[in-house]
Amino acid sequence: MDREKRNHFIRLFVAIAAVYGIVLVLEMTLRPTNMLFTVLKKGAIYSLVAVSVNLLNGFTGLFSLGQAGFMLVGAYTYAILTMPVAVKASDRVYRYYDCIVGFDTGVFVGLIAAGLAAALFAFLIGLPVLRLKSDYLAIATLGFAEIIRAVFQWDVLGPLTNGANLLREFKDLSRITFPFTDIPVPQTFFVFTVCGICILLIVLLINSSYGRAFKAIRDDEVAAEAMGINLFVHKELSFVISSFFAGVSGALLAMFQYTVQAQQFRSMLTYEILLIVVIGGIGSISGSCIASFLYIALSEWWLRGLDMGTFLGIHAENIFRSGFRRLVFSVIIMVIVLFFSRGLMGDKELSWARTSAWLRRTFRKREAV
Amino acid sequence: MVDFFHQNLSYFLSGISVGGQYALIAIGYTMVYGILRLINFAHGDVFMCAGLIMVYLSASLPFAISIPLVIAITAVLGFVIERVAYRPLRSAPRMSVMISAIGVSYLLQNAALYFTGGLAKVYPEIGFLSRSVDIWGATTRMVTIVTPFVTVALVLILTFLIRHTKIGMAMRAVSRDFETSQLMGIKINRVISITFVIGSLLAAVASLLYFTNYASVTPTSGSMPGLKAFVAAVFGGIGSIPGAVIGAFIIGICENIIKGGASIFGIPGSGWTTFSDAFTFAFLIIVLIVKPTGLFGEKSVDKV
Repeated sequence: MDREKRNHFIRLFVAIAAVYGIVLVLEMTLRPTNMLFTVLKKGAIYSLVAVSVNLLNGFTGLFSLGQAGFMLVGAYTYAILTMPVAVKASDRVYRYYDCIVGFDTGVFVGLIAAGLAAALFAFLIGLPVLRLKSDYLAIATLGFAEIIRAVFQWDVLGPLTNGANLLREFKDLSRITFPFTDIPVPQTFFVFTVCGICILLIVLLINSSYGRAFKAIRDDEVAAEAMGINLFVHKELSFVISSFFAGVSGALLAMFQYTVQAQQFRSMLTYEILLIVVIGGIGSISGSCIASFLYIALSEWWLRGLDMGTFLGIHAENIFRSGFRRLVFSVIIMVIVLFFSRGLMGDKELSWARTSAWLRRTFRKREAV
Repeated sequence: MVDFFHQNLSYFLSGISVGGQYALIAIGYTMVYGILRLINFAHGDVFMCAGLIMVYLSASLPFAISIPLVIAITAVLGFVIERVAYRPLRSAPRMSVMISAIGVSYLLQNAALYFTGGLAKVYPEIGFLSRSVDIWGATTRMVTIVTPFVTVALVLILTFLIRHTKIGMAMRAVSRDFETSQLMGIKINRVISITFVIGSLLAAVASLLYFTNYASVTPTSGSMPGLKAFVAAVFGGIGSIPGAVIGAFIIGICENIIKGGASIFGIPGSGWTTFSDAFTFAFLIIVLIVKPTGLFGEKSVDKV
């Protein structure tokens, strides 16, 4: 048993190291404008949000639809904190307001602060909201996300948030360097590192005694309470932690996009992430990650032709026009929701044993044919 | 006091009118929730689709044909959505049905985005409704005055339907106890289909009134009214039709008073308009915490 466990960890470590190695090598060799990097970066960011949603929806059984709001808080916090003082003082970004934040911080502090700010919002929102049950909770969190969006666009807060205008020229992915040097950090590698660490923390949390308490709450609230689990404390904990990582991913999304605007963080974003979690399987971390990369690869890259007029060699400008990709996509999602409601992975995790068993089964079938 | 009313009459008028439109949407939510315990996230988008269908139909057909046609098509849309997306999941956990509803909402919005090309479509001027009138010094459109009457009339008809007809009795039975009513020989699927058809019918009427006022339809223009109508339904006590109507009127009026906040309360800043949406949700949360069953809702007890 012990040996098996050690082997398992060695395999896991090798696999993760291999992924990072490949990312680094790709980044050194391919041109940085390659579509692959967009997919990898955005996919990693979406994986992080999807996993944070999964922590709430899949492992604690709290159906929350507020993720876009917490991402917005994270994105704004990061952008405001890391924007250089010189930019804040000039009217390049804050054209109509005088920025009241008189300092700037580094990337690392910015990311942590983004998470903490989102967590603080979540803590305050959670106090009233987490007493509600399933669908009421969903609609209340959705409502709070909308309120957050409204507050950040409010012109009275303009000196802080720049009103409804764009924020840019903060430390985005193209401006990060290794500490104390001017050497730029490979972008995709950076995103992978941050997301990897965050997801690892969530996995550790889920496997801890807190994680077991979360699952107990998911399976039966009354029974969990009878076993001495403080429902409210654990729900609040799960909500705050999930929002922390949503905030970090919001900051990463801001870095990736180079700009932030409250307008982007509509409830559509929450729906998209929720649907990714469903595609991957509610309650499966690896499922969420795989689904995020698949979703981004499909929507940003492989199905691009559906919007551009030519797909799989078929040329039909009248049908394949702007928006068709998303239409096809939503039909695919409906099919998954209706007929494969367990998603890609169900509530299982990707593992060596399961993959090899799956491969063996497929190959045996081939041979039989 | 009279002066105050007089000065801000236009806000109150549009509040009452928007409230009536929300009420018609809210009935769809509250009936579906009463029977299936499902927040039909797609309902707001059905409302938006009714608006778009009207835009396309009225381009080639006279109003006498296109208006009934829009209402009929929307009813069919509601029926089809229930049939395809919710019925297969009848025995699945509630969360899957809700996810399916979100999926339908996503699908309808994307479909609308594709067909409109992402542009706001101009809503046709329906002669009589779009005419402007003067009431006590406030200029407004005819639709503002017509809406409350249409709403009340439809609600009365619906209440009659539910109280005094066989299908109405079946609906009440199903919403009281799903399984027992099935054992009593009520065809549940038929009742649910009819509920969705009625909800969509009312949403179509609401879209006629609402978009005449706002003059343009975009793929996302259904989501906000939808959410607000849902809040109204919760406020009134979910499952209760009079509750939903009263809740909708209150929300519509409050929202417009906040929009006019600058002149009513003398608070500076255009930012108050931003908060007319936020208000609804703050209101929802207060209602849920103070009185989770709403105005006329029945208390439900969780059994272990």
